Amino acid sequence: MIYLKLFFEYFKIGLFSVGGGLATLPFIYELQSKYPTWFTLNDITNMIAVSESTPGPMGVNMATYVGNLVGGLPGGIIATLGLVAPSIIVIEIVAHFLKKFKDSPIVEAAMTGLRPASLALVCVATVSVAKAAIFRTELYEKTGVLLDFFDFRHIILAVILFVMMRKTNIHPIFYIIIAAAIGIILEF
Amino acid sequence: MNTYVDLFLTFARIGGFTFGGGYAMLPMIIKECVDKKGWATEDEIMDYFAIGQCTPGVIAVNTATFVGSKIAGPIGGVVATLGVVAPCWVIITIIALFIRNFAQYEVVQHALAGITVAVLALVLNAVIKLGKKSIPSLAAGILCALVFILSLVVKVPAAWLIIFSGIAGVVYSKLAGKMNRTSEKEDK
Repeated sequence: MIYLKLFFEYFKIGLFSVGGGLATLPFIYELQSKYPTWFTLNDITNMIAVSESTPGPMGVNMATYVGNLVGGLPGGIIATLGLVAPSIIVIEIVAHFLKKFKDSPIVEAAMTGLRPASLALVCVATVSVAKAAIFRTELYEKTGVLLDFFDFRHIILAVILFVMMRKTNIHPIFYIIIAAAIGIILEF
Repeated sequence: MNTYVDLFLTFARIGGFTFGGGYAMLPMIIKECVDKKGWATEDEIMDYFAIGQCTPGVIAVNTATFVGSKIAGPIGGVVATLGVVAPCWVIITIIALFIRNFAQYEVVQHALAGITVAVLALVLNAVIKLGKKSIPSLAAGILCALVFILSLVVKVPAAWLIIFSGIAGVVYSKLAGKMNRTSEKEDK
């Protein structure tokens, strides 16, 4: 029963990949060597490209894609449900206890440590987004010219959008759509 | 509107317009869940992100489950999670069925380059907003800087940093409590 197998395999991936979407990647390579008829290594490369260029969490996108290749429309749904099932179970339990011990001084103290750490991790993620968005690391490594390191058109757009965000209160979706349009028109 | 429908649609909006995984979702989650709906505070969102780092699964899904479960119980958690994954499922299914070379189109790449710039500005804006809230003291600032360096330079896994920071929060509050008590004694 291929759907059952798919659900079970993805349940395992959901359970053991802690952190972001890229954490599921090693498991997908493992899956490919376990079931070579499901999809090829080439499929994985294409899946990564598609998952990075479509909205939504990468892990979920990859799961839907794998499921589709293996079992068509229902396969996509089943793989995704398998991926999120462990998260839902674990988080529901954590949320329950968090509600119960919300006023405990120890939980409160632990949270005062978690929040700055959480912010720091967001900052680290910001650095990697900046690398992809406004720096041309590869070109700089090739040419060694410092000016090549900065992508000035991208930096100007980033500054304009940032100032708009500070001054106004427009929805993030607006900026995503505008930036996509500018990217297409100016051939970023 | 029915709470479940509201949860589903809100998280579908978040899932449908987030590019680049968990942290890119932060500005959208704050806009929708904190500013617009008042479902959670900024502090709570940072807690969810921190806990989502150490529990299995994709961070975006974990955060959705947390918020949904807080607003409408366990079923709310499931509904919010299905909302986040629904747009992924639709989009990826269409691509897997009809346009497998989606990521190779130049238009897609240009749009994506523009979107990445917007995501950078959005996340930067969120960091500044959250920084004021998440770092209430000098000690919190030091912890934040420490975690940032350990993650970015030393590449310590995020889950370990979160657990360490939680313990640090507890130890710090005990020490601070003790110091307060001794200074009270000295006053007498």
